[in-house]
Amino acid sequence: MQRTDARATGIGASVPRKEDDRYLRGKGEFIADIRLPGMQELAFVRSPVAHARLRGVRKPAGAENAVFTAADLVGVGPIVANSRLPGFKPSEQPVLASGKLRYVGEPVAVCVAPDRASAEDIAAEVELDIEELPAVSDMLAARGAGAPLVHEHWGDNVFLETVVDADLEAIKRTAAVTVTRHLRTARQCMSPIEGRGVVAQWDRRLEQLLVYSAAQMPHIVRTGLAGCLGLDHGRIRVVAPDIGGGFGYKGILLVEEVCAAFLARHLGHPVRWIEDRREQLTANANCREHDYEITAYADAMGRLLALDAEVTVDAGAYSAYPFSACLEAAQVASILPGPYRFDAYRCRTWSAATNKPPILPYRGVARAGVCFAMETMIDAVASAIGKEPLDVRLLNLVPPEAMPFNNITGKHFDSGDYPECLRRAAAAIDLAGVRRRQADARPEDERIGVGFAIFCEQAAHGTSVYSGWGIPMVPGFEQAVARLTPDGGLELRVGIQSHGQGLETTLAQVAHELLGIAIERIMVVHGDTAVTPYSTGTWGSRCMVMAGGAVATACRELGQRLARIGAHLLQTTPDQVVVRDGVVIGPRGSVSIDDIGRTWYLRPQDLPDDVSPGGLEVTSGYKAVRDSGTFSYAAHAAVVAVDVALGAVRILDYVVVEDGGVLVNPMIVDGQVVGGTAQGIGTALYEEMPYDGAGQPLASTLADYILPGATEVPDVRITHMETPSPYTTFGQKGIGEGGAIGPPAAIANAVNDALRPLGAEIGDLPITPRRLLAALAKVGVMPPP
Amino acid sequence: MKPAPFDYARPTDIAEAAAILAEGGADARVMAGGQSLGPMLNLRLAHPRVVVDITHIPDLGGVDDTADAVLLGAAVTHAAVEDGRVPDVGDRVLSTIAAGIAYRAVRNRGTVAGSLCHADPAADWVTALTALDACVITYRARGGRMIPIDIFNRGPFTTALEPGELVVAVRIPKLSRAARWGWYKVCRKPGEFSDAIGAVLIDPERNVRRAVVSATGGRPLLLRDDDASADAADRALASASNRFDAIDRQVHRVALRRAFAAARV
Repeated sequence: MQRTDARATGIGASVPRKEDDRYLRGKGEFIADIRLPGMQELAFVRSPVAHARLRGVRKPAGAENAVFTAADLVGVGPIVANSRLPGFKPSEQPVLASGKLRYVGEPVAVCVAPDRASAEDIAAEVELDIEELPAVSDMLAARGAGAPLVHEHWGDNVFLETVVDADLEAIKRTAAVTVTRHLRTARQCMSPIEGRGVVAQWDRRLEQLLVYSAAQMPHIVRTGLAGCLGLDHGRIRVVAPDIGGGFGYKGILLVEEVCAAFLARHLGHPVRWIEDRREQLTANANCREHDYEITAYADAMGRLLALDAEVTVDAGAYSAYPFSACLEAAQVASILPGPYRFDAYRCRTWSAATNKPPILPYRGVARAGVCFAMETMIDAVASAIGKEPLDVRLLNLVPPEAMPFNNITGKHFDSGDYPECLRRAAAAIDLAGVRRRQADARPEDERIGVGFAIFCEQAAHGTSVYSGWGIPMVPGFEQAVARLTPDGGLELRVGIQSHGQGLETTLAQVAHELLGIAIERIMVVHGDTAVTPYSTGTWGSRCMVMAGGAVATACRELGQRLARIGAHLLQTTPDQVVVRDGVVIGPRGSVSIDDIGRTWYLRPQDLPDDVSPGGLEVTSGYKAVRDSGTFSYAAHAAVVAVDVALGAVRILDYVVVEDGGVLVNPMIVDGQVVGGTAQGIGTALYEEMPYDGAGQPLASTLADYILPGATEVPDVRITHMETPSPYTTFGQKGIGEGGAIGPPAAIANAVNDALRPLGAEIGDLPITPRRLLAALAKVGVMPPP
Repeated sequence: MKPAPFDYARPTDIAEAAAILAEGGADARVMAGGQSLGPMLNLRLAHPRVVVDITHIPDLGGVDDTADAVLLGAAVTHAAVEDGRVPDVGDRVLSTIAAGIAYRAVRNRGTVAGSLCHADPAADWVTALTALDACVITYRARGGRMIPIDIFNRGPFTTALEPGELVVAVRIPKLSRAARWGWYKVCRKPGEFSDAIGAVLIDPERNVRRAVVSATGGRPLLLRDDDASADAADRALASASNRFDAIDRQVHRVALRRAFAAARV
């Protein structure tokens, strides 16, 4: 892609974000800003225990009409998200629990009142008659014999077991290096600044539910609601207004959404539910919880021969719609080999059911855990043979001359130079300098360490990939509408939802690149099922490739129609004109797109009789040349200081070298990388939702659930490479998640590098002071008194 | 996460506030900055019948700077101490500690006396003012009291205050010029509650040697004179609490060791 000058606003320009004007002035409209006449508020009565029989619900005297239980939700079906993979055991997530309670926070009843405080007052008076059952809150215990059963009729607690098999016997006998690790990542709570929320209204004129939801995939919410409520799609309109961050948290259908939608119609007045922080932390879906028993085999040089893994994912009590309980484990099995080349791979996975909230994919999905596991093993191999981990990585990475490359699980790496990316990270972090500093005298309690992670990030993958993973929602084509307005402005209508990604800007940049219309005059309409084409929404780092591709296709077609009309006005033929810089240019003059718009809409008498009546509104679609996805990739490098007396970790330096193909807006990409890295630091060092043996969540406020803040996130130093994808419209690749993938691996490797002289190693995330001190105690290193 | 209903009283003098508190008994709660009580109300962990807002009582906003002590009124905020808008007791000890409490937004509203009354075992003032040997001055209809902090603080979230008794000021002794002090707070990130705090005050001219370890889950552990050492603290922690394992002891011992180092001991 040709770069244009500094004033350019097309592809490759760091255009300030169009949407920031309203965000920075506090003029956005988020879910909690929406007030409808007659609107009342909902508060949920939630299960206080992790596992119980629910024998009854007693509504408070005098408030019977303000409290709704499962029996009151006539015609409402459960949320079902079945994997199509063989052996999957389906769950039915009730909209309000009846018969059984399966996790703390599960909604049992909903209370309606003019304000939230009054609704909570009523909720506090609702009495539950429950018979508590033994709970299972640990995924390995859940798989064990005799564990309490989350769904009795299953006979065990496994949603799905998968096997990638291989005969490793010969390698096991001959490998010079065999290293085994047990690794674990914590259950996390995705924590966008804005939580979930829904406002629902029944439109009597249209006989249609209008559901505003803090959601990142409004069309999927609509499909899910239609299923649960037994309504035609045409009877439901879902609008996602301004959204304060999603990260996957806003990518599932909530029982609260179903309740609100039902009640708006049933009661005849609007209702709203705004999730509070306690509900976000203790009652709604979690993410990330993996357990790895993993062995790597290598030759004496450190060349990987085989990987053998048993991986359990704690999927919680129900399969959440639309990603199911099994996407996480299916992804683990297919991407664990990372960016490396080796010959034999075995992986068994279990998606375990526990008495905890459902799991859902968080930014990076399984990759943050997978990258941590794989990169830990690379360092373990290096340690076993006494080699610099960087060199072992370089030895095993897929080389650039092998691109495009089909890896051992059939992933098709589209393009790139992985070793060069890692070398640049090593240079930027000054690996040699850190090694020298490690030898220098330090304060007695301080150790320095350096760690690396390199990974590739499959993004914008399409039909065949998701169909293969068996999830209920399979993305297909992506459409966009490009509509010229009578004054020559452009409206783009897309089915995705922009909730921080800056898509109101980047999609306008794509349109500007093709038509030359000023980006101030390009409006991106998104997040409304009534006015946008069907789409699975914003997830999987897919929007710039898929929606960007669709906008490009629609704009090209619009450009052809503009050319035909422009040619008539210029008294020439369409093959003699070009559309550029907002103008149709012919051999002897030009006409602006503004004039063409005015002519089409307002002065049709000036058009030829044989003009196509199709108009200046185009709906067109995009599907990548191949739907195996783009593979952006990145190397992360971290230098940490470990306080071995207190177990504290401080990040001294952090480097990211990232290749996202052609960058549409480098400034926005930098923001994505930094934001993701902050979340990855949370995974590495801070974020954890612990559960006790009875299944009680132990972090109910942000004083207990620690998120990284400004003081914990270093200045992330970013370098870009730009290897175009051969398969996308402009060579762009999906890059939204990568920042969150690398930090757990890079930081854990850095901490373990610091601990190596002491003989200690950490294998559990997050690396809390307690875990770090326990690891030191385990090897008999009593920290200095 | 909205409070249950409660009455709100905004008295303008101390006697009136005390009368409302006496009448309300256990169902009445004082609110100054509201930085602890506010969240507890929202989480419905506290269910007072009446909340008595004392920030409109002019007498409680004042300070007194005497020859040997500073008196801070009960409505003086952490931020006022941090900014030096009230007198310090010497060597910037109060302003330094204030600056490390939670976040500025909390410090703008939260009060020194409120923190003592809330009596969170991990709180900065509970620890620091124990080391500094401060007293609270109270008002009761039948006569106020002056209560040393280590008596006032009866344990986690428990104080010696009686129904109808209101803290009106905190009296903090001044340091001599030769005094040395050390403070080390262990927490996961700035602004969070501490996992351990060590505080040390050595003031030979006043014949004071005090060390405090806190965030133990119980009252701050106060060690005086010859007992004011990291080793003595470790022994005391080992015997005092079965809540503590080797890692907890390690963290608290290191906090105190580093506080001693900061005090150049």
